Amino acid sequence: MLLEINPLVLPDPGLLIWSTLAFLILLFVLGKFAWKPIMKAIGEREKGINEAIASAEKIKAEMAQLQSDNEKLLVQAREERAQILNEAKAIKDKIIAEAKEQAKTEAAKIMAETQQAIENQKMAAVVDLKNQVGNLVIEVSEKVLRRELLNKAQQETYIKELANDIKLN
Amino acid sequence: MVAVFSLFICFYSNASFSQDHEPNHGTGAQNEAKHGEEGDFDVTGFILDHVRDHHSWHLWGHTSIPLPVIIKTDKGFETFSSAKLSNEHHEPVIYNGNYPYKLVEGKIRIMNADGTVDEEASKKVFDISITKNVVSLFLTVILLILIFTSVANAYKKRGVKSAPKGFQSFIEPIILFVRDEVAKPYLGHQYARYMPFLLTIFFFIWINNLLGLVPFFPGGANLSGNIAFTLALALFTFVIVNVNGKKDYWKHIFWMPGLPTLMKIFLMPIELLGVFIKPISLTIRLFANITAGHILVMSLISLIFIFKSVAASAMAVPFTVFISVIELLVGFLQAFIFAMLSALYIGMAIEEHHDHHEDIPVI
Amino acid sequence: MVVGSVAAIGAGLAAIGAGIGIGQIGKGAVEGIARQPEAANDIRTNMIVAAALVEAVSLFAVVVALLGNSAGA
Repeated sequence: MLLEINPLVLPDPGLLIWSTLAFLILLFVLGKFAWKPIMKAIGEREKGINEAIASAEKIKAEMAQLQSDNEKLLVQAREERAQILNEAKAIKDKIIAEAKEQAKTEAAKIMAETQQAIENQKMAAVVDLKNQVGNLVIEVSEKVLRRELLNKAQQETYIKELANDIKLN
Repeated sequence: MVAVFSLFICFYSNASFSQDHEPNHGTGAQNEAKHGEEGDFDVTGFILDHVRDHHSWHLWGHTSIPLPVIIKTDKGFETFSSAKLSNEHHEPVIYNGNYPYKLVEGKIRIMNADGTVDEEASKKVFDISITKNVVSLFLTVILLILIFTSVANAYKKRGVKSAPKGFQSFIEPIILFVRDEVAKPYLGHQYARYMPFLLTIFFFIWINNLLGLVPFFPGGANLSGNIAFTLALALFTFVIVNVNGKKDYWKHIFWMPGLPTLMKIFLMPIELLGVFIKPISLTIRLFANITAGHILVMSLISLIFIFKSVAASAMAVPFTVFISVIELLVGFLQAFIFAMLSALYIGMAIEEHHDHHEDIPVI
Repeated sequence: MVVGSVAAIGAGLAAIGAGIGIGQIGKGAVEGIARQPEAANDIRTNMIVAAALVEAVSLFAVVVALLGNSAGA
């Protein structure tokens, strides 16, 4: 042999055989009794964790949905309240306006009636006054006349004069 | 690691240098030291002895566990204890089985009557002994089976929903790491099929790397730094890659689409070579990295003996600790890289359709 | 003796190559991470792969050096 190989890098067939055998046994035993159950358990646990995370996500989404629903409801309620308030205010305003209007017309009516009454009274008073004045005039005239109308002629002219005056009035 | 290797080779060549010159300069300084009271410390021999496989497991001092030797010669199988290959002073002696055997540089050799190695007959010795590395191999297999069946039982007992506890919580992130960093990016949706292989190879290499760093009994074998072991693992990747290779994979090797015909013919041997270079590179990467780590640690410790002074340990020990910590990282990293490159090669082979050939790393 | 020394030189050259290569990779990775810290994980993984590939080439060289090493001894 040209190059004698260093024993360090020359594979020893005995150990090679034993190593192969040992590794085969190890691969078989561990594969059957260790890796299979371990990988299965780890896989199952990971699946479980993933499922748990997924369901947690789902619950979270549901919660968010619920919350947004609540929010929506709240907004809706707020809007409704505002609407109701507005309506109430409108009604109130309307009522007030109506009342004011009514009061105004009532007042106007009352005023008109009052005016009428005043006018009537006034007219009555004037009539009364006229009557009284007429009476007074008559009384005074009587008194005056009783004294003056001693002569018939004078009396006649005066009556005519008076009668003209009254008619013109 | 490469630098470490170079350093080691320097040691090694110096040793061969001095050995070569010994006959010429019989009274050299080194030779004199060898005859001194403590004797010169043979660094290369010491390190090589550690990195090498053994037929017995040295515990401490002069105590070691003899291991069974199984050899096949043309006279059939033969089994005996390795204790018979050495005397009470731990020097190799001749054991007369079917042939006279003797350990020469750690290998079982057939001896001639005059005490020299019978090279022709020795080639026929097929050694499948339970060596130190094989024992370490079995230990790690048992250890891994115990660890992972107990972890699997923990899953069964504690149920799927509960959080991992104890050792289970240490193992689970690593399994998830292999799955998410190694398998999924390179294998895509088919990752589940190759997970057992990737997990086994990752943990097998890792635990061997870690045990290799333990300097005393259960560890101390340089198993993942042995080229036979890494070759066996790489062969598994090689087989899985080529058995599962889809039409596209073979097409890219033998008849690369989208190239002129001349280029196709030119590329075919290169691509074909790449098929074999891939597992070889896996083999050598792991072997060289781990062996280099061991050599580095041993070299640093050897400094104490080279300088023949306790004071040297003030420097050598902290450095050794530092390198050991780095080796912990390297042990993990090499297991990761081996698993990841295996996944990469498998992923390249099982890929169903790709329009353009990416710049695929061959080695 | 000669073969051993040549092997050492070869290993040394391989170390230079690997050093430059891995240095380049490290430089690129650090720059990339500095530019895009959010991609740090991807960059790190790719850096390790690239470094492993570069290292493999030089380890090849070292092993080839080792192959010839014991011939001289």
